Parts: sequence; structure tokens; C-alpha cells
Amino acid sequence: MNEAFAVILVDSTSYALRIEKLLKQQGLACKLIPVPRHLSSDCGVCVRIQKQEADVIRTLLQEDQIHFLTIEDV
Amino acid sequence: MIPTATGFPSSKTKDGALYLDNAATSWPKPPGVAQAMAQFLAEVGANPGRSGHRLSIEAARIVYSAREAVANLFGAPDPLRVVFGLNITDGINLALHGLLRAGDHVVTTGMEHNAVMRPLRDLAQQGVEFTQAVCEADGTLDPRRIEEAIQPNTRLIALNHASNVCGAILPIRAVGQIARRRELLFLVDTAQTGGALPLHMENDCIDLLAFTGHKSLYGPMGTGGLILSERINPADLHPLRQGGTGSRSEREVQPDFLPDRFESGTPNAVGLAGLLAALEWLQEQGLETIRAHEKVLCADLLDGLINTPGVIVLGPQDAARQTATVAFNIRGMEPSTVGLRLDEEFNILCRVGLHCAPSAHRTLDTFPDGCVRFGLGAFNTAEDVQQAVEAVRQLAKEAP
Repeated sequence: MNEAFAVILVDSTSYALRIEKLLKQQGLACKLIPVPRHLSSDCGVCVRIQKQEADVIRTLLQEDQIHFLTIEDV
Repeated sequence: MIPTATGFPSSKTKDGALYLDNAATSWPKPPGVAQAMAQFLAEVGANPGRSGHRLSIEAARIVYSAREAVANLFGAPDPLRVVFGLNITDGINLALHGLLRAGDHVVTTGMEHNAVMRPLRDLAQQGVEFTQAVCEADGTLDPRRIEEAIQPNTRLIALNHASNVCGAILPIRAVGQIARRRELLFLVDTAQTGGALPLHMENDCIDLLAFTGHKSLYGPMGTGGLILSERINPADLHPLRQGGTGSRSEREVQPDFLPDRFESGTPNAVGLAGLLAALEWLQEQGLETIRAHEKVLCADLLDGLINTPGVIVLGPQDAARQTATVAFNIRGMEPSTVGLRLDEEFNILCRVGLHCAPSAHRTLDTFPDGCVRFGLGAFNTAEDVQQAVEAVRQLAKEAP
């Protein structure tokens, strides 16, 4: 299993939940985790994904017009 | 028929009283509602969207699912445009106080609840103007009266979908189309109709839909809010409250995105867990099925009361043109006396008086005495209606 991760940073937990729902429907692995401190000082959550699926997910979110801030490697 | 199906709760209290006050708060609730709330408290219970741990995320997931269920029911463009608040009054206050500025004009009607009228009266002190379009004596509205009341500085049309006093249904789609054509915003108070009548934000041209969870959505009290259409820019709506949202914590200014801009402080997540269960129940039953059931009961109740000598029935007196709420008076007997005697002698619980709607009572010509209101719900039965009519018949016989 590839353990390299990326995270999708979002405005709030509601956005994270919306993304989680979409990714689960598409069979893409994800997990909601606290935002790593070095990425943002926000106290909220972000969506952790497999790094290798980041491009596919970025396209998916853009196609579905689902708002997110950035996707960062961790 | 819904209530005869097994597993549905009775419209009678433990001590046998018949509950006919669904227009104030629906009771009983579907069994899943209390269950979901108890389960939330016992097993989830964490602060939604505040902490990153799994219990907090699970709580947030429940709140988000409730948001989705509300969005689906009302044809909202996006679950994140559903703003939860204390109740529908809170949602209406957000719409009116958040949107209106000195010099703006609002068109409303003569059938409004104080949830609309009191904020408008307060705003009038700050230079907001409003006109109440005149309704018919049966509480119905000719949409032309709305059009006539529009002024050059009109910004918003605000009305309730149905009267909380007599159940009269207002023609929201026709009014919504007027609002769209005249480029005005349209606020609908759906307290009496959300879950009871078909409603669709886009088809009905609604820009601001205020809703409550504890009436015909069959959820708990303390749930409700406001849904914003895509025509509403969140920046144009000033939040009533600012504070913690669990997002953008590094900044001391209120976030500009939805729903956080309008949802400061810990939400009523336990209530929303109950609301979610209620909306799932509503979807299983089907709004049309419940409406058909209530319509039959309402027609029977109207028929029974209209044919009782000494009883004056208010409102449209037509089950197709009203919700399952029926208002009446007994000639020669004060509404408060009727209410007390129904409670004490006939074991029937209803609401009498002015129903927080002096404007509507003026239109119906029942101000300041008020009237008696029977509010039917999904769990009432034909027997309940018979019992209510029989009780009124007895009282009317005794009236001077």
C-alpha cells in the first residue's frame, strides 16, 4: 500500500463532509483529519487522500464544482 | 391510512387527552425522533465541526446529513445554503434584519404572524417602510394585491405560505413570479406548510425560505432556520450573531462563507439528529400521503363544525385551500372559555386566543377576542375528528 498522502484544505467541516461523501461514492479512499499545523493555523479538519489519487480527485472536485482551497502533499 | 398502521404513535396523551394543537407544535413525533436524540446524547454527543477527532466528525456528519435532508425537501440549490438557527423566528429575523436597510420597502400581507410583523415594526423605527397587502375576509390573498403594493423602493416581498390562525393557503408561486418579474427578493415563512404542502425554492421563485423543524417536519423544537437561494449573496446579509464557527480560527473576523457566516456558537446537534430522523420518516411516508390524509380529516372537521348550529367557522372552509388547521368560534362563548372547557371537560387540547397573529385576526375580523383553533396532524384519526366535533356540538348547545 502506498502510504504517501495529500490533504484537501477546505473552508470548514461542512465542505470536508461534502467532499468525503463524493469521494466515498466514487470509491476513493479518504479520511477527515485535523489540519496539520504546518499547513494552516486553522483548528478545523481537512480531507486526507492518497497522494497518487490527488490529480484525479482535483479534476473530480472541479467538475462537480465542489469548493476547496488547495490540495497539499503531507 | 397512516395512523392505523402498526407502530405509529397515538394522538392521545398518557392520560387520554386528545392532542389537537399541531399548528403550534406537532405531537406525537415519529418514534425514530426520540430514539435518534437519545442515541446522539448517549453515543455521539461531541461538538460538531469543532475538534478534529472522530466523535466530533461524526456529530458534524449528522448535522450535515440533516442539512442535506432539509435541502432535498425544499428544493434548495445546495445543502450549505441551509442555515440552521434557533427556530423559524430566528430565520425570519436573520432575513429581515440581515437584509433590510433604511429606505428599503417591504410588501407583506394582512395575514402575517408576529414573527414577521414584530421585526418589521422594529425595522420601521430604523427607516424601513412596509405595506400590508389586504387579504380577503377568509384569509386568502389575491396576488394582484401584492403587485399593487409594490413601490419604486420595494426590495422584498415577505409572506407566510399559510395562515397559522385559519390555515388559508397563500398563492406563493404566483407571488414568487411577481417578485421575479419585478426583480424583488421573496421571503416565505413556511412555518405552517414545511412538510405539509409541496414547496420548491426554484419552482416557487423563493429567495429566502424560513423553516421550522417542530411542526409538519415532525422534528424537535429548537430546530429551524433559513435557506438562501443562489440569488442571495451572503455578503449582502448581515449576520445576527458573530462568534466561533470552528473555521478560520486564526482570524477575528466573521467568515464570509456559508453556512458558517450565519452559524456561530455550538448548534443544537441533538435536535438536528432528531430532525434528521423526522425527515427520513417524512420521506418514507411521503408528503403527498400525509397531505391526503390530513385533507380528508380537515374536510370532515370543517363539515362537522359548519353544520353545528351556533358555530362560526373562519377561513376558506375548503380543505383544498387550507392546511389541516381549522379556526372557529362558538357564538356567545369566549374562546378562552371554550378552550378551558375543552381541556377540562372534554379532554381536548387546542389553542385559543390571538395565536401571535393580531394582523391575521384583524383580517378575519376576530380581533381582539380571537378564536379557537384545532390543528390536525399526521397522527390524528377520523375518530379524533368525530370526538372534537361532538365536544363542540355539546358546548354550542349550552351557549347562551
